Amino acid sequence: MVKAIYVIWSDAFAYLNDPLNWTRRNGILELLGQHLYISGMAVLLALLVALPVAVYLGHTGRGGAFTVAVSNVSRAIPTLALLTIFAVVPGLGFTDWATILALAIFAIPPILSNTYVGFRGVDRDVKEAAIAMGMSPLQVIFKAELPLAMPLLMTGVRTAGVQVVATTTLAALVGGGGLGDIINLGFGQQNYGVLLAGAFLVAALSLLTEFVLVALSWLVTPGQKRLPWQKTGSSRTPDDQGLATPERSDPALLANPL
Amino acid sequence: MTFQVGGAVVAIDAAPNPWFDLSYVTDNFDTVLALAQEHIILTVISVGLGAAIALLLALIARRSRWLSTAILGMSTIIYTIPSLAMFAFIAPFTGLSVRTVIVGLVLYSLVILVRNFLAGLQSVPAEVRESAIGMGYNPRQLFLKVELPLALPAFIAGLRIATVSTIALATVGVIVGHGGLGQLIIGGFNANFYRAQIVAGTIACVLLALVADLLLAGAERLLTPWSRRST
Repeated sequence: MVKAIYVIWSDAFAYLNDPLNWTRRNGILELLGQHLYISGMAVLLALLVALPVAVYLGHTGRGGAFTVAVSNVSRAIPTLALLTIFAVVPGLGFTDWATILALAIFAIPPILSNTYVGFRGVDRDVKEAAIAMGMSPLQVIFKAELPLAMPLLMTGVRTAGVQVVATTTLAALVGGGGLGDIINLGFGQQNYGVLLAGAFLVAALSLLTEFVLVALSWLVTPGQKRLPWQKTGSSRTPDDQGLATPERSDPALLANPL
Repeated sequence: MTFQVGGAVVAIDAAPNPWFDLSYVTDNFDTVLALAQEHIILTVISVGLGAAIALLLALIARRSRWLSTAILGMSTIIYTIPSLAMFAFIAPFTGLSVRTVIVGLVLYSLVILVRNFLAGLQSVPAEVRESAIGMGYNPRQLFLKVELPLALPAFIAGLRIATVSTIALATVGVIVGHGGLGQLIIGGFNANFYRAQIVAGTIACVLLALVADLLLAGAERLLTPWSRRST
């Protein structure tokens, strides 16, 4: 058993060490590029849809039940199912857009709900002071509310980004490409070395995405900086509305399983 | 494949391939039922094992700040690893068997549950615990009679999320041939994009998740009658 595992691991490293496996057609670099393109477009699309809606709802303080419902319903739909359905839509199937659209739909709820909570949580006094200072409604949103909502907004973007990069892997099951292709191939050929190499690449990319987005939130968050794993005061308890599982420091909403 | 119809060549692609077809479900009822059953078994085992381990970890983690930080940090890392990669990491140990899927699903549900369990336990006010100890409760009584009932809403909220997530995630088990209803979805894709089968699998998955969520919500109402009275 130990020897078999050792052989598999050395196979995996041999695969990753062969430059040809990186540079050839449909090699690691090409698949990585495809993976990043699909993920990037999906997050961008989700931002375009979710941010205006979340800012409007949060600013006016309406639609809380709506955002909770959206994230609850999306959790019940298997990502794999939506990827497959989009892959068999005539005209859309077998293009990158089938994957991008399916993943964008799953990226909307975390951005929507976190941004909504961020904007709704802005102190009333702050808004009134901003209005009293003569700010227009747009100025109130961008100059008073946005900086205060930024940490939560970025938590939503980070959650969505990591989730999209992770789930792009599943596109390989329906011919969508990306790094999941290597894992799919490994399972198909029962080649555990290739399988493990693919798993390493995918896991590393996901963890790297998490770190990059943490760094990005750190950069764009004004005021007192704190990293997501640093503790603040009290811990929130999940409430029964489905707003649950706090990431300790902020009332973030846990994303779909990846 | 092509065939001749009155001199014109008609591609077989022109055959109807509707999104919804009730006759698919009635004709293949036994298959759908068997896969739904596998799906339910996968979910129950995974969430059950996950809950048992998560409770143990949460009870250990709350003993020290250091331990809870370590356990929560580990859980974040596990949660970041995509399911397909997770199954790929596990497969060399367990092979292309249902065990691969169960180990993976246990890990994910465990990660969701340990956070909620810990939050639930930490939400019990210190005064309440102290008065229970002052009244002579031993640690077991303290947990069963005081902490567990107070933490129950948080526990069940975690169980609901873990169950719904596990039902959705179990479909990925198709990669080792044990994806429950996921077999219908990918099977339909591989069977020349048979839409009725893909959609039937999807709807069955969503229904399963909704029913499970409702059952757990009902269980919460039954188990915490005091919270009903106050609202």
